[in-house]
Amino acid sequence: MAEFGLDGYKQSWKDKLFSMSFTYMFLIIILVIIGTVTLYSAANGDWQPWAIQHIMRFVAAFAVMLGIAVIDAKYYYKSAYIFYMVTFLLLVVVELTGHIGMGAQRWINFGVFKLQPSELMKIGIVLFLARYFSSMTLQGIKSIRGLIIPAVFTVIPVALIAAEPDLGTALMVLLTASVMLFAVGVQWWKFAAVGCALAALLPIGWNFLHEYQKNRVLTFLDPERDPLGTGYHIIQSKIAFGSGGLFGKGFLHGTQTHLNFLPEKHTDFIFTMFSEEFGLIGSLTVLFLNMLVIAIGYMFAFRIRNYFARLTIIGLNTNYFLYVFINIAMVMGVLPVVGVPLPLISYGGTVMFSIMASFGIILCMSVSYNSRED
Amino acid sequence: MNNYNTEKNHILNHRLMFIIIINLLAFAVLAGRLYYLQVFEAEKYRMMSDENRISTRFLLSPRGTIYDRNGEIIAKNEQNFQAVLIAEQTPDVNETLRVFKEIISLSADEEKRILNDLKSKSRFIPIKLKENLNWDEVSKLMLNAPDMPGVEISEGLNRRYPAADLYAHVLGYVGPVSEADRSGNPLYMVPGFKIGKSGLEKYFDYKLQGKSGTVKLEVNAYGRVMKEIERDAGKQGDNLTITVDSRLQKAAYEAFGSQSGAAVVLDVRTGEILAMVSTPSFDPNLFTNGISYKHWNELLNNEKTPLINKAVSGQYSPGSTFKIVVALAALEAGIINADTRYYCAGGMEIGNIRFHCWNHYGHGSLNVVEALKYSCDIFFYETALRLGVDKIREMALKLGLGKTLSVGLDNEKSGLIPSKSWKKAKFDALWAPGDSANTGIGQGYVLVTPMQLVTMLARVVNGGYAVSPTFIKPTDKELGKIKRLDISTRNIELVKQGMFEVVNGVGGTAKKAKFNLDGIRMGGKTGTTQVRRISMKERRSGIIHDSQLPWRLRNHAWFMGFTPVDNPRYAVAVIVEHGSSGSGVAAPIASKILQEALKLDIK
Repeated sequence: MAEFGLDGYKQSWKDKLFSMSFTYMFLIIILVIIGTVTLYSAANGDWQPWAIQHIMRFVAAFAVMLGIAVIDAKYYYKSAYIFYMVTFLLLVVVELTGHIGMGAQRWINFGVFKLQPSELMKIGIVLFLARYFSSMTLQGIKSIRGLIIPAVFTVIPVALIAAEPDLGTALMVLLTASVMLFAVGVQWWKFAAVGCALAALLPIGWNFLHEYQKNRVLTFLDPERDPLGTGYHIIQSKIAFGSGGLFGKGFLHGTQTHLNFLPEKHTDFIFTMFSEEFGLIGSLTVLFLNMLVIAIGYMFAFRIRNYFARLTIIGLNTNYFLYVFINIAMVMGVLPVVGVPLPLISYGGTVMFSIMASFGIILCMSVSYNSRED
Repeated sequence: MNNYNTEKNHILNHRLMFIIIINLLAFAVLAGRLYYLQVFEAEKYRMMSDENRISTRFLLSPRGTIYDRNGEIIAKNEQNFQAVLIAEQTPDVNETLRVFKEIISLSADEEKRILNDLKSKSRFIPIKLKENLNWDEVSKLMLNAPDMPGVEISEGLNRRYPAADLYAHVLGYVGPVSEADRSGNPLYMVPGFKIGKSGLEKYFDYKLQGKSGTVKLEVNAYGRVMKEIERDAGKQGDNLTITVDSRLQKAAYEAFGSQSGAAVVLDVRTGEILAMVSTPSFDPNLFTNGISYKHWNELLNNEKTPLINKAVSGQYSPGSTFKIVVALAALEAGIINADTRYYCAGGMEIGNIRFHCWNHYGHGSLNVVEALKYSCDIFFYETALRLGVDKIREMALKLGLGKTLSVGLDNEKSGLIPSKSWKKAKFDALWAPGDSANTGIGQGYVLVTPMQLVTMLARVVNGGYAVSPTFIKPTDKELGKIKRLDISTRNIELVKQGMFEVVNGVGGTAKKAKFNLDGIRMGGKTGTTQVRRISMKERRSGIIHDSQLPWRLRNHAWFMGFTPVDNPRYAVAVIVEHGSSGSGVAAPIASKILQEALKLDIK
């Protein structure tokens, strides 16, 4: 296990647990509390149906996170490709059953829970690329041949997810992979070349979009285009933000949300709801808390030495960053509405478990490889 | 292989720094956008948010009540019970409707409208099932309420005219706001809002409406009312008391029977309109909720034109009633005096045209009083030829003819008092002596309305005071401002004497209409005006008697009268369209009305 840098260094799971960042966990708990309070308000001051469920999910997901965190890190390295392949197969299954069934298909129903393979792929692609690049030489990274495998193993699942259709998730997987490629040192000009190629292909890709996806993009470009139709959501969301002002309308007093002008207030538009009631002060606080979570993640990446672990943290952290950024940007009308929730705050089991799992891996990496050799 | 210090890790550190900077920039963009929305544009969005949630609705104020001069209600608001259905409050709309129909019958049209409303309107909006329910129906519905969830009784106000046809042309009516009435007043967009569409309801609309209140409601995205934020109750419409006496109005209306015409009674001392009728009339209550097509067509196609207010909109030749104006003008101008006599041989030549007196045998020699008494045409041809049209016109205008009197009713006509320049402009022809002669007997171009004619009579018999007809009791201050016209009392008395003789003298034209109530008598003047032209040929072969002609071609009948003769109080003008004879048809009606006025002792 020389390549892990862990020779002769074994920790008990208790030691590991107590050496983890409590600040990190504390921040996560704070964000979930904010989410719970907001969901309580979204139900017009009722624990049902969302707030209580949110808390219960979080407790379960927190246990999952700790469980994932205490597993020996080398297993993640070992199982990275297998995990990727299993996730990939599940995606194919979803794609196939989606063709049999009607319309959009993102789930595999296991009875007690519904599994969304595209969520797993966000983690799968990170582990896959981290392992791939950790065992590659710098020359390999800088060659074009070395990029063929990562490119293929990224593009195929992205295409499958986009075909579900789930443009938001596909975009996030693609961006996460791109950031990791950038992190390992792929040359600037390669990104520029791919960027140009994509720009050239954009008009062709436009034709592959579903009508509702085209509408979302067009509405994003001009929300007034159809103020009572597709533009309605984003206009009402902006009104909620703006009318919240500096200090907000007060807890349980957001008129835009409580009078139902704002759609999806408990899922994608929950940040809008929070901002209407708590104003700029509240929204900057949530923004700042999320920045801290991301900053601590990057701090882990700086502190440890193992390449696989570092790259895994960078990938998962980027994934979290993309969630937060895309969600907040889209509800403020900076990005088109692509259906990305705000993790820890939005109501929804899939995102809760997948994001807590990724926090678990980050925590695991942060302690397992926290050795100073020199 | 521990690879921490390899170049790969150096590159990773380097690139990670770069990624962190990108993340920071991205967060800065979000923070900037938040600041822009929540601080910079906050005011704009706060307004939009309020526009979203606050819905301002009008509370309609009750319209003012209208009273007659004795305090009797002639226009009021009546509670209107209507049954409404709120779809979301019933589990089964069809079942509720079925039960409702068992209690209150619905026509096929009504049912169609209800089903349409149910389809097109939100489930929480009340839909009208049936309005104008009586007490019996309301109590039946209330008893069965448990079987019809979603049905509610709501009350509104309907304008009601208790006297129905009697006041149609005075008060007019109210009705729903039409497209043409909309004038930017947001109130006019409120469903159920009624405005005065004609008559005094229209003229005093603003006063009667009062000030509508507003209520600010918080509504949700679907328009459902969540709570009330603010309420301004508004102000009830002002009440209105008019000068008409319902008892006299009724007597006047009934005096006409089925005949088409109009009558106006004035208090000659003040100009107060004590009665104003135009027959046939219509029921203004029909208009309150929008008149049916069938009723409207019936009114529109009636040849006796019930929709036209003949008292102010009907313009007729005054005929012989105009001789009062000509006589006064001639006396004032000194063309004639009490002793001036002209000889009537039954006809005379003016220019190359032969002019006839209505009496072909001629009246012989007569003075002005006798000429009025017998309504001799020749006397007034002679007088008018010497007087000239300008002097006649001057007196006519002075007495209130030839221009609108602005009593506040729609379509009030100005009548017509011709002049030389008028004829030149209208026909590009010179004024001929024959024109003066025709004007002298109130034929030709002269046109008056009954309202103008009674005003003229009032101004003469009250001793020359320029009263103006009004529906609103003048204040003492206003009465003090009434000017005395520059007409000598002696001449006025002479004309009044002529009018006394018309009714009371032996052989006076209206002798059949005379009365004597404890010594109180009536004076007046008849008028019969040709609707068609009588040709020379017809004159030679004998004039066809009016009763042989179709109704539309018969002569109009006028009578204007006043009483008591010694100290006049009441004046009336009566026109009976195609009534054939002023003395035979119009005078008895006027006589009945004035007798009634005397008996009523109007305060």
